[in-house]
Amino acid sequence: MTESSQNENIEIFTYSEVIDVKGFVGNFDVTIRKKPRYVDMGKCTGCGLCIEKCPTKVPSEWDLGLGMRKAIYKPFGQAVPNVPVIDKENCRFFTTGKCKVCQKICPAQAIDYEQKEELIKKKFGAIIVATGFTQFDPSVYGEYGGGRFKDVITALHLERMLDASGPTGGHVIRPSDQKEPKNIVFIQCVGSRDESKGYPYCSRICCMYTAKQAILLKDHFPDTQSYIFYIDIRAGGKNYEEFVKRAQREYGAIYIRGRVSKIYEKGDKLIVRGVDTLTGKQIEIEADLVVLATAIIPQPDSKELAKILNIPHDQYGFFTEAHPKLQPVESLTKGIFLTGSCQFPKDIPDSVATTGAASIRACEILSKDELVLDPKIAKIDPEICSGCLNCLEVCPFDAIERNEVNGKIIAQVIPTLCHGCGNCAATCRTKAANVEGFADDQIYAQIASIVEILQKEKLLELSE
Amino acid sequence: MSYPSNSNIHLFRNEILNLCKQDVAKCIQCGKCSAGCPISPEMDIQPNQIIRLIQLNDREGVLRSNTIWLCASCETCSVRCPEKIEIATIMDILRKLSLEANIQAGEKNIVKFDQIFLDSIKKRGRVHELGLVIRYNLTTGQPWKDVHLGPIMFMKGKFSLLGHRIKELERVKEIFRLSRRIKSQE
Repeated sequence: MTESSQNENIEIFTYSEVIDVKGFVGNFDVTIRKKPRYVDMGKCTGCGLCIEKCPTKVPSEWDLGLGMRKAIYKPFGQAVPNVPVIDKENCRFFTTGKCKVCQKICPAQAIDYEQKEELIKKKFGAIIVATGFTQFDPSVYGEYGGGRFKDVITALHLERMLDASGPTGGHVIRPSDQKEPKNIVFIQCVGSRDESKGYPYCSRICCMYTAKQAILLKDHFPDTQSYIFYIDIRAGGKNYEEFVKRAQREYGAIYIRGRVSKIYEKGDKLIVRGVDTLTGKQIEIEADLVVLATAIIPQPDSKELAKILNIPHDQYGFFTEAHPKLQPVESLTKGIFLTGSCQFPKDIPDSVATTGAASIRACEILSKDELVLDPKIAKIDPEICSGCLNCLEVCPFDAIERNEVNGKIIAQVIPTLCHGCGNCAATCRTKAANVEGFADDQIYAQIASIVEILQKEKLLELSE
Repeated sequence: MSYPSNSNIHLFRNEILNLCKQDVAKCIQCGKCSAGCPISPEMDIQPNQIIRLIQLNDREGVLRSNTIWLCASCETCSVRCPEKIEIATIMDILRKLSLEANIQAGEKNIVKFDQIFLDSIKKRGRVHELGLVIRYNLTTGQPWKDVHLGPIMFMKGKFSLLGHRIKELERVKEIFRLSRRIKSQE
């Protein structure tokens, strides 16, 4: 990240969001909303004095509430740029009007409470969407405690605890009493592969990270015993199957095929009741800690972003590729590419691979002076067009624009956006819109010609 | 019933590992052992489930099953196992453990049959079929079982009335003596 921030050809807009995209491949007009961070990025040296002195502490989002952060903070250790941001909701100055400790302490005088939101308009040739995913909220599972049990955590919580620079300094503890857990139960497919919760797909990464966590736990804390409830182990990848087997053999993780039906408290333990479908017997485990492998789900605002970018998404909100096999990183809109888990759940190697592919696809566009397009696109005859603009309504690619020629309103096709689907041609009442090569006259001519040939053949047959 | 017990879940697995160098943790529960087992329809617990129960430290469940006694040691399972686990060897060890623990086998008669069979070998160096069947039928209280087959099998020369003795019976007896000594050393 630091390397890319220092590359002269890369400009990073942090704490910003794309609010509008107009135009087409090679000519995107993008509006970016840069939110005020109340710290002057030009002046700030990243010394961190303000963070140290800030009196307000709130639960850290990065540590999922396991640790605290200040009201002026950096989202995480390696964050780029190395400049803090003020959380307006919690900052004492913004809520009460008093404090200004950070401003007083800052040696570079970089704190600026007056900073305003900025709208940046810029032209881009290609867009790569890499907005990632979020995780499923497991509290809808009443049988898993519905969020009541402190010691039922998600895998991401455990991941934060296993981090040596994390909120617990690499120690795994029970959130309820800070004690070290002995028996740890992992539950796979929490949300995923569950039609009733709305996410019937496989999240693809949980099998592997759970095996990794079981290995790390045994490695760091040899007294622990991991139990993993699974439906299927999906370890499809280079060396993945071997990795899971290592967790079972060398690290003694007990894999139990079956879904957990209930978790309840007994003393300070959690009783996890499941079934081992391989023996058909019910299983109860006295667990100290339960770790849920929650589903990967789309970002909550992914559908809005799809609207802004004019790219399609599926029923869940994952962005749809142009072709699942042959155009896996292209969106249906030319010049917009997809990568990472905003498209569907991907692991790191897949994300890295699709990012490489999407970048090369974008470079392909940028490296050319002229773009070659499919000739089978719509054309609207300005002489015939009545300007009703019905075609504009039905075009799924926003490829038709309203235009005025000599005071007359007409519809015009933007060739780079048109996919030649023919919706406009079918809608056009005056027959001004046609897909090139497929005008009504041309098709009638083709039919007439075929009929003629057939008739000749028939005549030949009769004469024989 | 709830599993597993509170003790170390790897206890039974490690016991088997020490006794016969077979690690049940390698088992991927593909079920090929059960699929190929010629006796599997008669078993109360399938061979793959036996391995599974060892993984889950259910010692009693395993040793009480009739599976370990019905196993004919044909070794089809061992030969076909993709993880190269010698299941038949494990079955052998389980029978031994079951006897040592004095657990009532699910099939009492199987233990009796095994004993009569071995007695016959000890005395003659090979099995005396007629004697074996008569003793077995008498011990298990079903004297007329399969009697109608006797004359037919006799006519076809399938068994002799008095049975045979092998030439070097001493060497077979030596095997029994040696195995007893090994057991006492244990």
